Amino acid sequence: MAAVSLEDTERRKAWGFVAPALVWTLVFFVAPFLFMVAMSLWAQQGGSIVRVWNFGNYIAFFEKDALFRGLTNSLEITAIVTVLSILLAYPLAWIIAERVPKKYQRTALILAILPFWTSYVVRSYSWLLVLARNGVINQTLINIGVITEPLELASNRTATVIGFVHFFVMLLTLTIYANLVQLSPNYRRAAADLGANAFQTFWHVILPLTMPGIMTGAFLTFVLCIGDYVTPQILGGNNELVLPQIIMLQLGRRADFPMAAALSIILMLAVTAAYVACARWLKIERT
Amino acid sequence: MTRDRATNIVSSVYAALIFGFIFLPVIVLVLFSFQDGRLPVPPFNGFSLQWYEAVFADRKLMSALLHSFFVATLSSLVACLLGFLAAYALARFKLPGSAWQRGLLIAPMTVSYLIIALGLLTVLNVLGIALSLWTVGIGHVVINLPLCFAIIYSSMGDHHINIERAARDLGASDLKVMALVTAPMLLPSLLASFFLSMTFSWDEFIIAFLLSRFDVTLPVEIWSLLRSGLNPKTNAIGSLVFLVSVILLVVLELFLFGRTKKS
Repeated sequence: MAAVSLEDTERRKAWGFVAPALVWTLVFFVAPFLFMVAMSLWAQQGGSIVRVWNFGNYIAFFEKDALFRGLTNSLEITAIVTVLSILLAYPLAWIIAERVPKKYQRTALILAILPFWTSYVVRSYSWLLVLARNGVINQTLINIGVITEPLELASNRTATVIGFVHFFVMLLTLTIYANLVQLSPNYRRAAADLGANAFQTFWHVILPLTMPGIMTGAFLTFVLCIGDYVTPQILGGNNELVLPQIIMLQLGRRADFPMAAALSIILMLAVTAAYVACARWLKIERT
Repeated sequence: MTRDRATNIVSSVYAALIFGFIFLPVIVLVLFSFQDGRLPVPPFNGFSLQWYEAVFADRKLMSALLHSFFVATLSSLVACLLGFLAAYALARFKLPGSAWQRGLLIAPMTVSYLIIALGLLTVLNVLGIALSLWTVGIGHVVINLPLCFAIIYSSMGDHHINIERAARDLGASDLKVMALVTAPMLLPSLLASFFLSMTFSWDEFIIAFLLSRFDVTLPVEIWSLLRSGLNPKTNAIGSLVFLVSVILLVVLELFLFGRTKKS
């Protein structure tokens, strides 16, 4: 952006405008974060924090199965959710972009993401209404005589995955649709002229061109899914804990701040790794 | 032609199924908030507004609602104001290290809310600062400031510079230019960022959960309601929150839509 070059007084004024935001971010985000990194290298002993620098928490993480399972559970669930959400969302985005008349596309899209705006906590609870032992699915199946005993649909990994996929199908539909409508119809015409059939056109032309939209959505899904506490806590029960649940347990039950900090750093490293993996497609604006 | 028709049928069926999946929990939630009975699950016993009455009679829920409104409004105002000032400075003046400054301001967006909350919690703990709605608000400004900054910064087009320069030539001070010229020109994105951060703050759980103590916000109060199991009252408050979010969304859509139409 073009900016006017300025004398010292002007520059001082500009610093004055940007300073409040910078100070806020430094004091309430950067400093606490650095402090948390330091704390992850301390230890909790007998109810108080001992400031001895070591990697004890990180070593314990790799040695204690209960802690390490948290990460693998998180990664497994996140991977399943991301793949399922892409597979379900892509056709819907395509239908809205290609099959729905232009006039109604915006409405269709808004409808497709409307439940996104139910309360974060309530959204998981409402899946409980559907999946519970006496919930909608079990009652319906019993009424039509498919089963006689209610199925255990809630309080397990499947329930967590359903809750997450519900949320992320909406998110991915949005990012993929945004990508699809930007494509010029000329690509398709050119592919057809060159003799490609519908499938070939999709596989070799449309899909590669929509990879940025898919990857942006996949990255968002990964980040929000792996860092979420609410959905696994409400829908997953306490059998297969994910990392955020274990972090909250360290805090709530044991008040072990150093361990919670160490686990958070590990969570953040997982997200960073995902970012690096998707970076090619994630052109985050750097103007 | 027949092939196209087949595609259309498959598309319609697929869209119907996915829309069904997307709306199923919301419909169940709203439907059973009118349940005339103690459990919000089938069979539907009949229509009743008793659970909405129960919600409005619940002092804890109502004060949580007020707290949420208070925190969301104030934190969004602060985030918007700080974001606007920073965007103005970085778009209109040549400052050293401006790329770094932008990176720093955007950074909290890339970190999970749980980690932001935990960082603040550990520091507040060590400093001995009591948790309150104010600490929740601080956390909400941290998560919404990057959003407000990014939205406002990206709409600070160069074409506004000459208008601002003209105002300055006519003798307006910097603050006057900002308040009377720049801000009105950016009104759609200011409102968009304000309402967007309001919806985020209004619905945010983990920061509010970890950084509040006695006075809590609505999502935290709903969370404690969940401990009593399935309950039509939870359905009723959930449906009300959904209604509020949709209203905020419609307001937002009107402003965003107005903006896209113009450009």
